[in-house]
Amino acid sequence: METIPTVAERRAESWREELRQGMKAKERTAIHRVEMNELDPDYRSHNNEEVNQGLTEEQALREAQRCLDCVTPTCMEGCPVSIQIPSFIKNIERGNFLEAARVLKETSALPAVCGRVCPQEKQCESRCVHVKMKKAPVAIGYLERFAADYERESGQIAVPECAPSKGIKIAVVGSGPAGLSFAGDMAKRGYDVTVFEALHEIGGVLKYGIPEFRLPNRIVEVEIDGLRKMGVQFITNCIVGKTISYDDLHADGFRGIFVASGAGLPNFMNIPGENLIGVMSSNEYLTRVNLMHAASTDADTPVFKGKHVAVIGGGNTAMDSVRTARRLGAARAMIVYRRSEEEMPARIEEVKHAKEEGVEFLTLHNPIEYLGDENGRVKHMRLQRMELGEPDASGRRRPVPVEGAVETIDVDEVIVSVGVSPNPLIPQAFAGLEISKRGTIIVGEADMRSSLADVYAGGDIVRGGATVILAMGDGRRAAAAMDEALQEHKS
Amino acid sequence: MNRIVSKEHFSPHVVKLEVEAPLIARSRKAGHFVIVRVGEQGERIPLTIASADTSRGTITLVVQAVGRSSKKLCALDEGDAVTDVVGPLGQATHIERVGTVVCAGGGVGVAPLLPIVEAFHKAGNRVIVVLAARTKDLIILEDRMRACSDEVIIMTDDGSYGTKGLVTQGVESVIQRESVNLCVTIGPAVMMKFVAALTKKYEIPTVASLNTIMVDGTGMCGACRVTVGGRTKFVCVDGPEFDAHQVDFDEMMMRLRSYKEEEQK
Repeated sequence: METIPTVAERRAESWREELRQGMKAKERTAIHRVEMNELDPDYRSHNNEEVNQGLTEEQALREAQRCLDCVTPTCMEGCPVSIQIPSFIKNIERGNFLEAARVLKETSALPAVCGRVCPQEKQCESRCVHVKMKKAPVAIGYLERFAADYERESGQIAVPECAPSKGIKIAVVGSGPAGLSFAGDMAKRGYDVTVFEALHEIGGVLKYGIPEFRLPNRIVEVEIDGLRKMGVQFITNCIVGKTISYDDLHADGFRGIFVASGAGLPNFMNIPGENLIGVMSSNEYLTRVNLMHAASTDADTPVFKGKHVAVIGGGNTAMDSVRTARRLGAARAMIVYRRSEEEMPARIEEVKHAKEEGVEFLTLHNPIEYLGDENGRVKHMRLQRMELGEPDASGRRRPVPVEGAVETIDVDEVIVSVGVSPNPLIPQAFAGLEISKRGTIIVGEADMRSSLADVYAGGDIVRGGATVILAMGDGRRAAAAMDEALQEHKS
Repeated sequence: MNRIVSKEHFSPHVVKLEVEAPLIARSRKAGHFVIVRVGEQGERIPLTIASADTSRGTITLVVQAVGRSSKKLCALDEGDAVTDVVGPLGQATHIERVGTVVCAGGGVGVAPLLPIVEAFHKAGNRVIVVLAARTKDLIILEDRMRACSDEVIIMTDDGSYGTKGLVTQGVESVIQRESVNLCVTIGPAVMMKFVAALTKKYEIPTVASLNTIMVDGTGMCGACRVTVGGRTKFVCVDGPEFDAHQVDFDEMMMRLRSYKEEEQK
């Protein structure tokens, strides 16, 4: 792999110095943060078009000027894959959008995805110097998305340079964000990477989970194509641990295995009536709609199109589900969440979008029972009103039932979105793999190596339910560590 | 990939397909199933593996044309490819030497019963098979069953072949004449429900292989959930086989009707 210049070396380049001198810091900080162009809520809540429309070139150039090109870019510390943030932003400022995209791809296999779905407010943007000055941070996510989209639409998509083949085979289990990030980094290092995916499409949660209106599948597909061009092979419909075993992988000559099988198992609340018809997990609902295209008329897979839909939970998956329900024609789409809005784990932007689209928020409510009709279809839900008590182990104030405050609401569809558990397939199939009580694979924090010497793991199978970008960060770390271990082994 | 190498009609609506799937053929065991998809707009449906040939690298599926997807699959011909086949899925049947095993199958449930009969017989059990159908033409795999069991009892609703009566009557006749250590049943949910009720009366351990609605088949969604012993289980990862005396068959039958309207479109 080519040597990547350091932050300081890049910053010292003459064009960067010229840019810095071309505009005073005071002028830069005086610019207001750009607002993303969005589709009108009334229009968008009835179709699947992407809500966020991206920045225009003018908007991107202007926003890029806000970046002060800090000597110590703390924003980079907030990025789990350590994107060279000032470097790509300054390339946008000088109008070299393709170079900006190239810089992104040095460290991120999926910039168009991350620019859309990362919780930047908790990551890179939370560490922007503007925040310290009590100002809105530079819109790093919007700019990342802009550069990646620009490159894709230009038709001049650069394939990252890869080292000459080492002739060493590496297997990746799962094609979600962790697996794709790992695969990209290993391909760049010259390994022969094969990704095994259980479903019939590549992308994991990017395909079956996150809806089109937030992340169009065609964009995911282009980024996966980029990996294909780097030589990464994808095998669908193949479940490691079922279709092929750990021993089979060894027999086939794989020298390292990265497990990124995710946290696919949906949690249920185990309350009465939860198995009624019309009550389902977010995973089922979103998989039917996103992966199986159930909402389109020519698809064979059916999906309920409820008129009064309750989504239980307050995370991003809950927001994706409730907004999907609106798009499938729900007159009343409700979020039912047992804490208050302040504690909601969903991104602020998703909550805002949901509200604009007419979603009702029943916070401080918790379902205790579902009631059905004579055919077993859900008809009502009984909700317990809650209030906030003392903080619990997570530091958040614990919801406690308000005695006697129970109400009954009409529903014809309920989507349960109260979290996921690690997929047990690999833990069951790899003898000797150390597993935590929660069912996650135990790995070293720095090297992501498991108790089996050739098995590394990352993403939700290690963390439980987390974010796309944390999964990608794990993939990067695992790739660096596996590469180092294989080098040592050789010498 | 997934080319159909042979196709045979068991009856007008039941076909046997031998599909190329070398990795699945190699790793599958009795009780395992696959998920298949036909066409880019196709849905994912579960089908139990009836048998496999490792030398040919094929698996055999027996499909009854009942809905849109099974009709699409049955319409494929030799040489056509099935768009997606993934597996083997689920937990394999727990096979051990227990003594006398009665295997009761109805409808296309007879096909997934075959590898289980074979495996129990091979493990040294006395295996008695009860095959049931509405009428003579719908009895399938009789010869194959005879080849790997000690006795085959045929039951037809109309008495056109074997003994007139339901599968439960066949099972009960065995129970009354000799000691039975285990019962395995696969077929329509209502049939399994009544077999379970019968064997419960005689306190004979019974295993049922449940055929619920599935989407991914890997535990990701919970569409296939059933209540077993008062707890929610996912058929695709915890099953498909469960202690039949613990299964809430009424709830399962209710859930099987979830998409009745859509299926009839």
